[in-house]
Amino acid sequence: MFRDEWGRVLASLVGYLADFDRAEEATQEAFAIAAQRWPVSGAPTNPGAWLTTTARNRAIDRIRRERTLAQKFPLLQAAEATMDEFDDTPIKDERLELVFTCCHPALPLEGQVALTLRALGGLKTAEIARAFLVSEEAMKRRLSRAKAKIKATGIPFAVPDAHLLPDRLDAVLAVVYLIYNEGYAGRVDLAAEAIHLGGVLAALMPDQPETHGLMALMMIHHARRRARFAGQDLVLLEDQDRSLWDRDQIAAGRAALDRALALGGRGPYVVQAAIASLLAVERVDWPQVVQLYRRLADLTDSPVVRLNGAVALAQDGYPEVALREVDALDLDDYLYYHSTRGELLRRVGRDDEAREAYRRALDLASSIPERRFLTRRLNQT
Amino acid sequence: MQYALMFYSEPGAGEALSAADRDVARADFSELLHDPRLVVGAQLAPVESATSVRAHAGRTLVTDGPFANTKEVLGGLVLVEAADLDEALELAAAVPIVRFGGVVEVRPVVAR
Repeated sequence: MFRDEWGRVLASLVGYLADFDRAEEATQEAFAIAAQRWPVSGAPTNPGAWLTTTARNRAIDRIRRERTLAQKFPLLQAAEATMDEFDDTPIKDERLELVFTCCHPALPLEGQVALTLRALGGLKTAEIARAFLVSEEAMKRRLSRAKAKIKATGIPFAVPDAHLLPDRLDAVLAVVYLIYNEGYAGRVDLAAEAIHLGGVLAALMPDQPETHGLMALMMIHHARRRARFAGQDLVLLEDQDRSLWDRDQIAAGRAALDRALALGGRGPYVVQAAIASLLAVERVDWPQVVQLYRRLADLTDSPVVRLNGAVALAQDGYPEVALREVDALDLDDYLYYHSTRGELLRRVGRDDEAREAYRRALDLASSIPERRFLTRRLNQT
Repeated sequence: MQYALMFYSEPGAGEALSAADRDVARADFSELLHDPRLVVGAQLAPVESATSVRAHAGRTLVTDGPFANTKEVLGGLVLVEAADLDEALELAAAVPIVRFGGVVEVRPVVAR
């Protein structure tokens, strides 16, 4: 119950009070009261409305006690009439406004991420701190700085106008994808959180193909998470035990991809999802994967994408061409540049150079599975 | 809410523009100056004319040059009235120097 209602209630309170801190405080209070009462008296028929009304009442009480309100919160007069009723009218869903506030580009990226997890994901500050391996105090400061900037600079609580929407939506999707990619570092399952957030976005913006594309990408990747490691060891795609793939999640991801394509989506997340989908089969259609990587490289102009495209090209049977493409990239500080070069050099029989590339990669590797994999390769070559 | 839009660019950036670009920039800037949301604005003389004043050991110390030694210097500023940050950012994006390598810093003005 908590996870589903938190974002909705908080969003409604932020919209109502135009004050993030107060909204959060009141929402927290309402949830605490619910946690006390509901187990005894049973949950109300419309929990969301109950929580929202209770949170509003608490906020009004608190503001009253502070007495400065009349000028500060003109909305309150309208609110008083319905204060003590719990009606069944559905509460307007303002989570989308909340998303765009939390992911506003005027906020530092780490603040956007933390705020989105707190406000929309309903994670506690301590949980977010654990996920990003920082102290709870540091995370608390990060969140308050972000909230203070929203207030001080007048970041709107609104869905951006049509001409701003594409850019702002990109920012929102980037935050969710970043949360997904952090999923492997900490103890909290951030990947699952990101998929949850993606689902909320897809429901709130059903017409945006990239939202479904991101959802598809995350689900298809996530479906293979158990096959990616064997104990402490990394398992490459071609060696993965297919029975460990989550078939249902792959199917759900493909359904999201179909939806994105049907909406005319051809953006970077849709193309990445299409690649992920092509890779999640028994016999991979490498020529098509190569083609999609080329399209993705054109869209993003990213050397990392070109690197991945070269890997696909090698899988398609052209390791020499792939190696030439990789050598042309300027990615000297990138671990996977050197590990990929190592693999390609090994395949074309240039073992000495391959060993040198593996050594460079090992210098840059920090995680245990990566180090074990590279050490093994070094010894085999 | 009031916001300050502060224009930063490299000295001489304006002279490097073609005559056509300069005309467009001037027209866009004049549009901003006539926008009803503009409260007040000022264009500053080149940075060579800057003088800094600080206190040191109980005396006023006057030195030549701007306070900060950065490549980009403050060239002008306007105060605007906007509903929220997004509206202020849109006004900032329309400032011509943004298209010619400059930066506009946007900050809310503290309400008195």
